Amino acid sequence: MMNQINAKFPSDAFRIEADQVCVDYNGTVALYDASLQLRAGVICGLVGMNGAGKSTFFKALMGFVRPSRGFIRINGLEVFTAQRAQAVAYVPQNEGIDCSFPVSVWDVVMMGRYGSMNFLRIPRESDKQAVKHALERVELLDLRSRPIGALSGGQRKRAFLARAIAQRASVLLLDEPFSGVDVRTEKLMSELFLQFRNEGRTILISTHDLSHVRDFCDLVVLINKTVLAYGETSEIFTPENLNMTFGGLSPDVLFGQTPADEFTK
Amino acid sequence: MIDLFASITVFDWFIDPLSHEFMRRALMVSALVGGVCGLLSCYMTLKGWALMGDAVSHAVMPGVVVAYALGLPFSIGAFVFGVGSVALIGFVKQKSRIKEDTVIGLVFTGFFALGLVLVSKIKSNIDLMHILFGSPLGISNSDVVHTLTISGLVVLILLLFRRDLMLYCFDATHARSIGINTGILHYMLLSVLSLAAVAGLQTVGIILVVAMLITPGATAYLLTDRFDRMNLLAILSSSISSVIGVYISYWSDIETGGSIVLVQTIIFLIAFLFAPRYGIFKSQKVMHS
Ligand SMILES: Nc1ncnc2c1ncn2[C@@H]1O[C@H](COP(=O)(O)OP(=O)(O)OP(=O)(O)O)[C@@H](O)[C@H]1O
Ligand SMILES: [Mg+2]
Repeated sequence: MMNQINAKFPSDAFRIEADQVCVDYNGTVALYDASLQLRAGVICGLVGMNGAGKSTFFKALMGFVRPSRGFIRINGLEVFTAQRAQAVAYVPQNEGIDCSFPVSVWDVVMMGRYGSMNFLRIPRESDKQAVKHALERVELLDLRSRPIGALSGGQRKRAFLARAIAQRASVLLLDEPFSGVDVRTEKLMSELFLQFRNEGRTILISTHDLSHVRDFCDLVVLINKTVLAYGETSEIFTPENLNMTFGGLSPDVLFGQTPADEFTK
Repeated sequence: MIDLFASITVFDWFIDPLSHEFMRRALMVSALVGGVCGLLSCYMTLKGWALMGDAVSHAVMPGVVVAYALGLPFSIGAFVFGVGSVALIGFVKQKSRIKEDTVIGLVFTGFFALGLVLVSKIKSNIDLMHILFGSPLGISNSDVVHTLTISGLVVLILLLFRRDLMLYCFDATHARSIGINTGILHYMLLSVLSLAAVAGLQTVGIILVVAMLITPGATAYLLTDRFDRMNLLAILSSSISSVIGVYISYWSDIETGGSIVLVQTIIFLIAFLFAPRYGIFKSQKVMHS
């Protein structure tokens, strides 16, 4: 697996490369001059206020919104080419799916394999293995024959994460994967992400929980309509920078002691 | 009529009509068209395209008239106008701030009105009633050939792109993110819809063809949580109701399109009331489990 992902991929090349990307929605600017370069084997946190343009950035990276300026490369390829090569897996903030659709959890995760299957999408043994493996990783194997609509919100999130895992992509774009999942799953997921990083994959994660960034993100990008600061977490994740990102909140609230900490003292 | 039913056995009721060439033809075409429309209806109901189905089936009207006037097979005219209406809907929606359902309603009534005007203006021997209400009992040999070809094409496309179309209906974003061209799938589904509307028009006519394109899917949707099983159930219920509808029409001399769709609706009602999991009177066992 590890070799497969790293094969032919020079370590000094960029997995994700965005250069001065601008996106506007019918004239309203949502993102401007956003640049980012991520190498293989890193986890990068994307942090910013509501409406800062995190989801927009993901959509631009996936080619779902067309940048009015700038360019984007995934593994050095055009986005569409990279997608066709199954190089990138994306889990959106809201799946926006019809939850009464007659498909089982297994079927949904199998959809992650479609791109690697033949034209008729007939699953091979290896595809079934990948799906089983992915379901195990998010602890959903027991629920595999449930209809997708019969899952709880957090379980559904895990199912869609499993679909991204089953895709075995080298680049993972995860838009708020931790929202609405329990502590146990959170732990499970962060372990998984660390393992993916060690396998040489690159993960971009947006999150509102700053402790995640400190815990396992190598790099961090602070955004508010543009990239405010970007680099090693230890250097960038400072009270001053966060203050700037979240528009004048005192560093205490963001970084310092929380009321709960004081309580336990 | 009561006498008629009393005097024959169930066996005769089914076998006797088969001695007529026109009945064999009608049954075969209806069953086939029923199955094809039934399969497509799964995608229509899951994608939420009922109104689109209504639009396309009405919009083929002027195409049929023009084709007759030019001496072309009417399926070609119907297909051109079906796809044309869809393209127009997409265009108007994109270029204006009007909501999609309004655009759909606007375009298809416009097309349909054009069809009515053309029928009354173009001097031909088109039987308006046949187009509007279908006439499987009087279907001509050349129409049988057209319908078979169209049905075959629809089934082929739906089978080859089954998984992709399902994924497109379920989660178009994911389809795009794994490099599937959803634009092509979108227009493929719309073209197939136009084709199926042309086929369905043969048996139940323009006005009721939308029923063929949604009712079987809706019935099957109440009965299962599996996409494959839903396809199968929709095909079965649609074919069976088409065949039964034709028989009833033969024996009691009622309008065929109406009787087919009515049987379909009754099957839907039964599912609506008694479906094991999603019916109104669902069994207690399922509720507790
Ligand atoms: N489809 C759209 N049409 C118009 N404006 C949009 C659209 N989607 C997002 N926006 C605007 O673009 C800006 C960025 O939105 P985006 O969804 O990227 O924010 P976000 O950082 O993901 O926020 P959150 O933390 O709430 O998820 C917002 O001001 C939003 O109002
Ligand atoms: Mg967002």
